[in-house]
Amino acid sequence: MFNGLAQWIALVGLNLRTLSQRRGSALSTIVGVACVVAVFVVLLSIGEGFRATMAATGTPDSVLVLRGGSESEMMSGLLTDATHIIADAPGVARSATGPQASAELFVVIDLPKRSTGTDANVPLRGVQPAAFAVRKHFKIIKGRLFRPGTNEIIAGRGAAEQFAGLELGDTHRWGENPWTVVGVFSDDGSLSESEIWCDARVLQPAYRRGSTFQSMHALLQSPEAFTAFKDSLTQDPRLDVKVVRESEYYAEQSEGLTRLVRSLGGFITVLMALGAIFGALNTMYNAVASRTREIATLRALGFGRGPVVFSILAESLVIAVVGAAIGGAVAYFGFNGFQTSTLNWQSFSQVAFAFRVTPTLLVVGIVIALAIGLIGGLLPAIRAARLPVATALREL
Amino acid sequence: MKYLYLVWKNLGRRKLRTLLTVFSTIVAFVLFGLLAAVRLGFSAGVEVSGVDRMLVTHKVSIILPLPISYQETIRTMPGVQAITHANWFGGTYKDPKNFFPQMAVDTTTFLALYPELRLPADQKKAWQTDRTAAIVGRATADRFGFKVGDRIPLTAPWLRKDGKRSWEFNLVGIYDGAQKETDTSGFYFNYDYMKEALATASIANQVGWYIIRIADPAHSQEVAKRIDAQFANSAAETKTQTEKEMAQGFANQVGNIGTLVTWVVAAVFVTLLLVVANTMALSIRERMSELAVLKTLGFTHVQVMLLVLAESCFLAVLGALLGLGVGVVVVAGIGKGLQQFVPVFFVPPRDLVLGLVLAFLLGLLAGLPPAVQALRLRIVEALRRV
Repeated sequence: MFNGLAQWIALVGLNLRTLSQRRGSALSTIVGVACVVAVFVVLLSIGEGFRATMAATGTPDSVLVLRGGSESEMMSGLLTDATHIIADAPGVARSATGPQASAELFVVIDLPKRSTGTDANVPLRGVQPAAFAVRKHFKIIKGRLFRPGTNEIIAGRGAAEQFAGLELGDTHRWGENPWTVVGVFSDDGSLSESEIWCDARVLQPAYRRGSTFQSMHALLQSPEAFTAFKDSLTQDPRLDVKVVRESEYYAEQSEGLTRLVRSLGGFITVLMALGAIFGALNTMYNAVASRTREIATLRALGFGRGPVVFSILAESLVIAVVGAAIGGAVAYFGFNGFQTSTLNWQSFSQVAFAFRVTPTLLVVGIVIALAIGLIGGLLPAIRAARLPVATALREL
Repeated sequence: MKYLYLVWKNLGRRKLRTLLTVFSTIVAFVLFGLLAAVRLGFSAGVEVSGVDRMLVTHKVSIILPLPISYQETIRTMPGVQAITHANWFGGTYKDPKNFFPQMAVDTTTFLALYPELRLPADQKKAWQTDRTAAIVGRATADRFGFKVGDRIPLTAPWLRKDGKRSWEFNLVGIYDGAQKETDTSGFYFNYDYMKEALATASIANQVGWYIIRIADPAHSQEVAKRIDAQFANSAAETKTQTEKEMAQGFANQVGNIGTLVTWVVAAVFVTLLLVVANTMALSIRERMSELAVLKTLGFTHVQVMLLVLAESCFLAVLGALLGLGVGVVVVAGIGKGLQQFVPVFFVPPRDLVLGLVLAFLLGLLAGLPPAVQALRLRIVEALRRV
């Protein structure tokens, strides 16, 4: 038994020490595996980042009320009377200032994207004072809050980074009035950070909305209060509304893009992995071929088939792991936290988000690399073990 | 040419190694084809946009409407040949997920501005006479199995006079694109129908945007300046752009797919270069004495070098041909499933040619080090080396 173990260790050591003689082919496999892992991790980190932003939006006890039948805030509409009924519905949390419910307007405005210089649809949201309580993590990080009733705006952190013209003091002419940026806010990485906020009362006349709103964002006393709240609104004959939990609403919006990224990224990864397997097989077959006499000598000396197979597999796996480490490091250090923005089709507006290289993605990347190493090493290893010792020794 | 047999024989010497290398190359070019299709899918609008078409939208955002009264003002401006307008409808078919673009348009002038939408004359006539008539592109018709004569209900955010949000249309025509790149997912119907059936007069005198044809594409910027200056300081200021600028801006909104694709392709090709180069290096190293024999037989240094280069180029181009072939088939296969996201999805012929050129360069580059080695090979030394 001890002898057996010593054989395994000795052969693995021998293979790894002589790896430098097969530098060229080993290097090509390492780069191949590194590319597969890097491309996989980076592509899927786009989907993860987008999903994380959507998932950070809304808490279990926050709800969104839209007009019945509308899929997005942009297409929705609520009259002022309706917003009062909703704010007074059972289950809505209350504070000293009244119900924690904010009737809001949602429009988009054109601002140039910094990365391309071309105009993008940036969401502009008119809010009521309760909005800052409904978004529990809302915080002003630069400048100050807008003064109610004035044409002042505050920009989300993501929006300020992605779009030009959102520095403190910048002014814009939208419609008849100039608007001034007076602050930048954060909200725990949520979708709100992609938006620009102002007072709803100021936005109504500017966009000729009269006294109508588009949506209602409210905080409930507890997550369990949702059913009672929803039932009371949907059964109210004065209303035609759709009531959804914010967390579910935004999770659903992220589904399409996440699925697209996952399927396309997955497909590209499978193809690249296939290519890397062919490369690894080539490398390991060449390694075995160039060491035919050496392996035969070892076998003649009494080394078993098992250790020979294992040592070649180990070599292939080590190459794969080194490749995975390089690929993972490139993905992590090069792309993790990379800020970008894309169009959210449901709201027809921009969402700023960052690439997210999660530990799960890295682990899956390493597993893919190990699979490449295993498949790439197994067949050559079996061939090496099967070499007839006598003929192999005679080979040049 | 007579050396081709020699090249072929050399590749057949280590069949497994050649096979594995060709497989890697095939995979790389399948990916190349796929990514070319992805890039086209996200930029098709930019490439096929009409050079003489411009769009006039609200300056603040495309979601804001413009007064219908602008139409006459713009029509008479110098440089403008024709004008039509469109409104976004935003309905869904049966399920909220079944989305495709729908526009309320002026049926009398719309097709004159979009000559690339090919609609049979009788269907065009039916579309222009029937108030609730609609036409749809081939891609969307295939997706939902729409046929001419169908009655199509769409659920829209717009409330009708009868208190419903369900709108019905008579499908009177299906149009095709003039080119393979033409987007045929749009659904067009009569603006008057929408205007009259609406519960509120909110869009009565409002249109989403204007589309104009200009006399000379070279003067597009002057036309744009003139139009925007005309409406400056009014309640609804305009932004006039060429269709290409508009499409490019929209592609930029989605994200920089082009750059992403280029990086992935680069990563794949660098890997491939190493794999092929490595194969060539190994196989030439094994055959040094053979090459020396060739030189002894009277082959010149340059001939031997070319032989090596031919071998590596042959390997790369063979893999590329097979890979691009498979790629075209694969892309056609998955294109159907992606249609909702990218209406135009195929491998452009230009990229097929580019792929072959790249394969040839790849072969040259990979074969260069061993070829130089072969060129410099001294007969005496090589024969002694065994």
